[in-house]
Amino acid sequence: MTNSARPKSFGTSIPRKEDRRFITGHGRYTDDVELPAQAHAAFVRSPFAHANILSIDASEAQKQQGVIAVYTGTQFATSGLGDLQCGWMIHSRDGSPMQVGEHPALASQKVRFAGDAVAIVVAESAKLAKLAAELVEVDYEELPVAADLVSAGAPNAPEIHEGITNNQVYDWEIGNKAETAEAFQRAAHITELNLINNRLIPNAMETRAVNAQFDAAKDSYTLYVASQNPHGLRMTLAAVIGFAPEHKLRVISEDVGGGFGSKAFNYAEEVACLWASKLCNRPVKWTCDRSEAFLTDAHGRDHVTRASLALDDDHKIIGMQVHTQANVGAYLSTFGSLIPTYVYAPLLSGQYNIPNIYANVVTRYTNTNPVDAYRGAGRPEAGYVIERLVETAAREVGMNSAEFRRLNFIRQFPHSTPVDMDYDTGDFQAHLDKALEMIKADQFPERKAETESRGKKRGLGIGCYIEAAGIGPSARLGKLGSGAGLWESAEVRVNPTGSVEVLTGCHSHGQGHETTYAQLVADQFGISVDDVDIVHGDTDKVQFGMGTFGSRSGPVGLSAISLACNKVVAKATAIAAQVLEVEQDTVDFTDGEFSSSATNQRLSFAEVALNAYTAHHFSTSDIEPGLSEGCFFDPPDFNFPAGTHLCEVEIDPQTGVVDVVDFVAVDDFGVIGNPMIVEGQVHGGVVQGVGQALWEQAVHDEQGQLLTGSYMDYTMPRASDMPDVRVGFTETRCTTNPIGMKGCGEAGAIGAPPAVINAITDALDIREFDMPATPEKVWRAANKR
Amino acid sequence: MAKVHVQTQINGEPVDFLCEPQQSLLEVLREELSRTGTKEGCGTGDCGACSVLLDGRLVCACLVLGVEATGKNVTTIEGIAPEEGLHPIQQQFLEHAALQCGICTPGLIVATKALLDKNPNPTEKEIRYWLAGNLCRCTGYDKIIRAVQASAAELSHPA
Repeated sequence: MTNSARPKSFGTSIPRKEDRRFITGHGRYTDDVELPAQAHAAFVRSPFAHANILSIDASEAQKQQGVIAVYTGTQFATSGLGDLQCGWMIHSRDGSPMQVGEHPALASQKVRFAGDAVAIVVAESAKLAKLAAELVEVDYEELPVAADLVSAGAPNAPEIHEGITNNQVYDWEIGNKAETAEAFQRAAHITELNLINNRLIPNAMETRAVNAQFDAAKDSYTLYVASQNPHGLRMTLAAVIGFAPEHKLRVISEDVGGGFGSKAFNYAEEVACLWASKLCNRPVKWTCDRSEAFLTDAHGRDHVTRASLALDDDHKIIGMQVHTQANVGAYLSTFGSLIPTYVYAPLLSGQYNIPNIYANVVTRYTNTNPVDAYRGAGRPEAGYVIERLVETAAREVGMNSAEFRRLNFIRQFPHSTPVDMDYDTGDFQAHLDKALEMIKADQFPERKAETESRGKKRGLGIGCYIEAAGIGPSARLGKLGSGAGLWESAEVRVNPTGSVEVLTGCHSHGQGHETTYAQLVADQFGISVDDVDIVHGDTDKVQFGMGTFGSRSGPVGLSAISLACNKVVAKATAIAAQVLEVEQDTVDFTDGEFSSSATNQRLSFAEVALNAYTAHHFSTSDIEPGLSEGCFFDPPDFNFPAGTHLCEVEIDPQTGVVDVVDFVAVDDFGVIGNPMIVEGQVHGGVVQGVGQALWEQAVHDEQGQLLTGSYMDYTMPRASDMPDVRVGFTETRCTTNPIGMKGCGEAGAIGAPPAVINAITDALDIREFDMPATPEKVWRAANKR
Repeated sequence: MAKVHVQTQINGEPVDFLCEPQQSLLEVLREELSRTGTKEGCGTGDCGACSVLLDGRLVCACLVLGVEATGKNVTTIEGIAPEEGLHPIQQQFLEHAALQCGICTPGLIVATKALLDKNPNPTEKEIRYWLAGNLCRCTGYDKIIRAVQASAAELSHPA
């Protein structure tokens, strides 16, 4: 009996299993869920960025036809429910804990940003709820506003949270300060830059949505919500907000329309809708309007940085100093304290051997909506600092910037940086070489001359990024202040007929887990991808998990699945030995078939699965019936995806319009599960990164009013704005997970911004230039105006 | 307010519904008729997620009133595929992984159909400009463009 080896699925570009429902209009997103006796909510929001609430009068709204109830912040204050809480404790350099202000889901005494919710209106339709919300009269006493970092840190700045001086959350540091100062003393050359990392609005195309249902008979809640992290949310709703113990709370996030970090947090609306649902005994649905999303979603980035690099006589980097001010908005969101600290400054070393680094981060409250993780979350900010510095330093000392990078690359692994990162593997030279070859950098001078012959400018920019993905281990994160562990769980259930259900605590909101995960499981069991289903996003099905963010689904989530599959194979092998009546150590499992050197009989995976459940051929006192195994995988360290992104731009100095004419991304993600899906992750990340560099910026006026609150004002990248993004891969296996994978979700958003800005500063021969490179700013720079 | 009786055709089927005069076609499709394949991305005609065809013309359902469907043919994502299998555009979106989270995909597929009905052999630039009305935050558009090119090729020269 011969059996040709089944071709491996993992590592190949098979189409996505989940796509059939999406392309036919049968995806089920939160707003698509309609419950019996469905009621709808609208929020009454503060028009002022900073004000005391003197009174709330909902009587007129309550009288409106179709209005079921209006619940105000005043009522919420007596509900006994807790504040929204930040999940990461950061300590200042003097050892003091970060300064945390209150954050009720509905404000009763004070509003701190324009969009802060003060009441929830529940009505028979969303339209009636919105109309009635207009009739809720709130008497505000306006207060002075601190809408940006400068005004929030000024002497006599308005006090946003009672008793928190200068609106300062913390003053944090990392690195070897004295040694770094000494390195700067002996430097042959110092490059210094002022850098702004522009504030961004995530803009998942599905807005946030909630459908909350209290079941009085069971005394339990069900929450449908567009979330990246349903279990984390349930834990928070149970333990922090205090609705009910976790077994009385079910959180369901079926199809979720993009997240990019913005749906990984606990928001006020989830709390308010659950609370209202119990009070009015109706399921309460709220779907965020796009304009409301601009106003209330957590934004990203918003750093102001002064950074410097010290070089020795040989142009080797000997030191780096970074002082960053970060804006967390009016409240500390779920990861608001973490993003500008432990996922930012530890990446400042980039791909370079820098013996001395010191970074100091001062974070402040402002009267703007909270700032939290957005694709890359801290790492794009760090990558921008180091890559702008390196590029500028190379130009200042008259070196080709690729050669300058090569000179300073880390070449020995593992490598420990002065900012607490231990890079396990990498080959930075390999992706730089490949990217330069793909873009034909050697022919750039000819292209530049041709462009200039047409009266335009041309520039080539490099962004060599490294990021820390799939953060862990949990014990280390606990020491750094995390309120949760960041392992991942998996349960692999083999059915009696040999089909498989895999339950994962990760959550797919576009990443294609239903496919990539199934590919690996199919290979490990030697079965078809069609026989594997991935289950996620329901706390009643999956026992626990930490969701998907920070590029953790592959290296952490899939590792848990792979290890659980190994346990299944181990048990199946023991059963196969009993069925074949041979010694277990003679049994081999290859390509879906159990065989033994002691017999010519063979068993398929499905046959063993059936035997596991019939339990006719083994002693159930030795082996338990059934075939289902679980695993909690805690990564021993972060993993470090890295790559080189190159951008070539053409600029019309007459209009200031920047045309991205070529973009090459070469990334090292270790072992890749589905190249087509990974390419898509790179494409999407790059376009978000180009968006940050060229067009996107959240702007508040001095009164804290958001000026970029619609798609007419906030410029999203469109299909007509981009050229093809050309993607290449190199591979060094990751050593901190059993698959060898590195996270791929955020790379593009990290590598692209410095590549674009380095290209623009190259084209215009300028030194400092802040994102976004709008035509006006570029025109001014090009024409020295 | 008195509701209006509207008679229309949706995906080739005669449909009667009652709606308020100010209700958008998007609201009618999703809320009155439970056809949730058409998605809302912005409600202001800036993102194209709610793209449908009205007598073959590409429109944002959020900018059309329900009553305007009177006597017209409305084509939504649910009406793109033949009874069995997939439309070639859907098949190419599938094969090229031209979607990630999927929320903008119904609008993009409907918009692609409108393009290819009108211009069976578009250039890449024409595709990119035609689809500039459809925002996608996940894909960076690259694979969508490839899928549309492949759809055009397949529809012009069926296998």
